[in-house]
Amino acid sequence: MSRNPYEASDVHDVHDVHDVHEDADGGAAGRSLAVIGAGPAGLAAALAAAVRGSRVTLIDAGTQAGGQFYRQPAEELGARRPQALHHQWRTWERLRDGLADQIATGRIIHLTDHHVWCVERLDEASGFLVHALRGPAQEDPSVVRADAVVLATGAYEKVLPFPGWTLPGVITAGGAQAMLKGGLVLQGRTAVVAGTGPLLLPVAAGLAAAGAEVAALVESAGAQDVARHARNLAAHPDKLVDGAGYVAELMRRRVRLKARHAVVAAHGDGVLEAVTVAALDRDGRVAPGSEQVIRCDTLAVGHGLLPHTDLAETIGCRLEGPAVAVDDEQRTDVHGVWAAGEATGVGGAALSLAEGHIAGCSAAARLAGREPDPRAWEEAAKSRARSREFIASLDAVFAPRAHWAEQVTDDTVVCRCEEVPASAIREAVGELGATDARTVKLLTRAGMGWCQGRMCGPAVAGLTGCEPVPSRRPFARPVPLGVLARAGEDLPDE
Amino acid sequence: MNSKRTPLDLVRAEPEPAHTATFDGTQLAVLPGQTVAAALWSAGVTAWRTTRGTGEPRGVFCGIGVCFDCLVTVNGRPNQRACLVRAEPGDDIRTQHGTGHDDSAEGRGHES
Ligand SMILES: Cc1cc2nc3c(=O)[nH]c(=O)nc-3n(C[C@H](O)[C@@H](O)[C@H](O)COP(=O)(O)OP(=O)(O)OC[C@H]3O[C@@H](n4cnc5c(N)ncnc54)[C@H](O)[C@@H]3O)c2cc1C
Ligand code: FES
Repeated sequence: MSRNPYEASDVHDVHDVHDVHEDADGGAAGRSLAVIGAGPAGLAAALAAAVRGSRVTLIDAGTQAGGQFYRQPAEELGARRPQALHHQWRTWERLRDGLADQIATGRIIHLTDHHVWCVERLDEASGFLVHALRGPAQEDPSVVRADAVVLATGAYEKVLPFPGWTLPGVITAGGAQAMLKGGLVLQGRTAVVAGTGPLLLPVAAGLAAAGAEVAALVESAGAQDVARHARNLAAHPDKLVDGAGYVAELMRRRVRLKARHAVVAAHGDGVLEAVTVAALDRDGRVAPGSEQVIRCDTLAVGHGLLPHTDLAETIGCRLEGPAVAVDDEQRTDVHGVWAAGEATGVGGAALSLAEGHIAGCSAAARLAGREPDPRAWEEAAKSRARSREFIASLDAVFAPRAHWAEQVTDDTVVCRCEEVPASAIREAVGELGATDARTVKLLTRAGMGWCQGRMCGPAVAGLTGCEPVPSRRPFARPVPLGVLARAGEDLPDE
Repeated sequence: MNSKRTPLDLVRAEPEPAHTATFDGTQLAVLPGQTVAAALWSAGVTAWRTTRGTGEPRGVFCGIGVCFDCLVTVNGRPNQRACLVRAEPGDDIRTQHGTGHDDSAEGRGHES
């Protein structure tokens, strides 16, 4: 039973995992594909390509395959029923078993704990060098050579600031989910889940199932927003049922659903103790006098996801808005580079699987010197079209609320790394005359710290009214200078 | 009872025996495979860093290695992301003050 609006409702994409001989291009085995990211998209891509005769190196920062959706607890934790924290477990089993089979036959090499910081494009004949860092301190360099690359790097969470959001105890909704699924831990006992978007539902359900008291699920979209888009949503009854299933589960656990509400402040002395929740009027403004304090030690908060595009940017792939631009075959505009999953636009696991499958099929054919036949991935293309349409309607419902910036007090930290308060950002625009995000950054240092603006980018754009700009980070990960100095000399692993 | 349920119960975990690390000199029981962040959460610790500017406490925020809020000092090496790094037996985990590099210069980080 699929219940998550983000989840796969069909698993066609991995059906062919076991048909190794059916479509395999016997003669062309040997040309290599590097797939970066072992989430739903990367796994689907790696399997589709391996089955079709490519030699695949699957590279991921995690110690196990699965990505965000299928994040697994460490083996040493001995989970006998890991599926209790998951949905679409059968799809995961297919992916996991397919991967094991392909590793056994030598068609896929899975490199775990490899943090890719740059993909370097050599000339047409030589392909690509994928530079990664390994080890607990991520300082040991590793290089993989490949003829083509699939970027399946997923997404990370967007959180818009509010007073108190830097207090320990405030965590992203996906982060709470990641710590729960991967480490089997809860931060505290009483949680509020807040923000906007379909991810909040599985997060609230997961925390409640694992023993947290979920005091409230606070969603800034309202019942009316959903109704306005009901016609579109009704075209996807399976997904509606997904959402309804979560709502039923949360009601069973007596979680209060507060639609058209928002957390406007978090309070505590060095650690989270309570949040203020307020009702929103039709325009998304706080309704005066509606504030209410809820005691909690965990606030899991998120306002949507942003695609991970830094590797694509290092290769020079064109972006479209915040996402990597791709064609019908999931090709980027850089020859030899495909992209799939949330890196090309956030849309959940089902879409990621479909896109990954298409990317893998297309890459395998082109590596073998054939023009791919799109009929080979007809089913996946249909699923992709359906998912994208559905996601477009969700995006309209779950837009971050208007007027959020009005609750951001001048002393609220906006850039968490460089500790830049909202007052400095407002001053950069209001008094110093900055008219674009890059100037704001230079004047305030917002976005210049460790995370390179990943966390504060949307907030700076929203507070200043400047367009968010592609970040142009030189590397996807911090790189030790010694590694950089030697990068030119490193010989590929394989 | 729901209130007593833990994530380990939910997935019927039978973890390998715990090992020991230390956090700011105090013993910390760690389940094998857990990250430093997960081990600290299990011990009820949610903050293990103070910021450079205002010295505010921070812990896990993104949980997936993107935000760098969870920086911690492990075995004398500052700036390790607690949400990514596994806790190994005998690890000396310490609250990271400021940049983590200026402890002795500023006389901080010398908890006895
Ligand atoms: C923290 C978090 C938790 C989430 N939890 C859920 C959930 O519980 N339920 C749900 O429906 N949706 C969840 N989502 C949404 C999620 O993004 C899914 O829709 C789905 O996992 C997307 O699949 P993907 O393959 O595109 O990316 P992902 O699953 O995100 O996989 C991307 C993979 O790429 C790897 N990677 C990225 N950059 C690099 C690099 N430079 N070097 C090496 N490896 C790299 C990552 O380690 C990751 O394994 C979550 C999202 C986030 C950010
Ligand atoms: S919590 Fe964000 S990097 Fe560790």
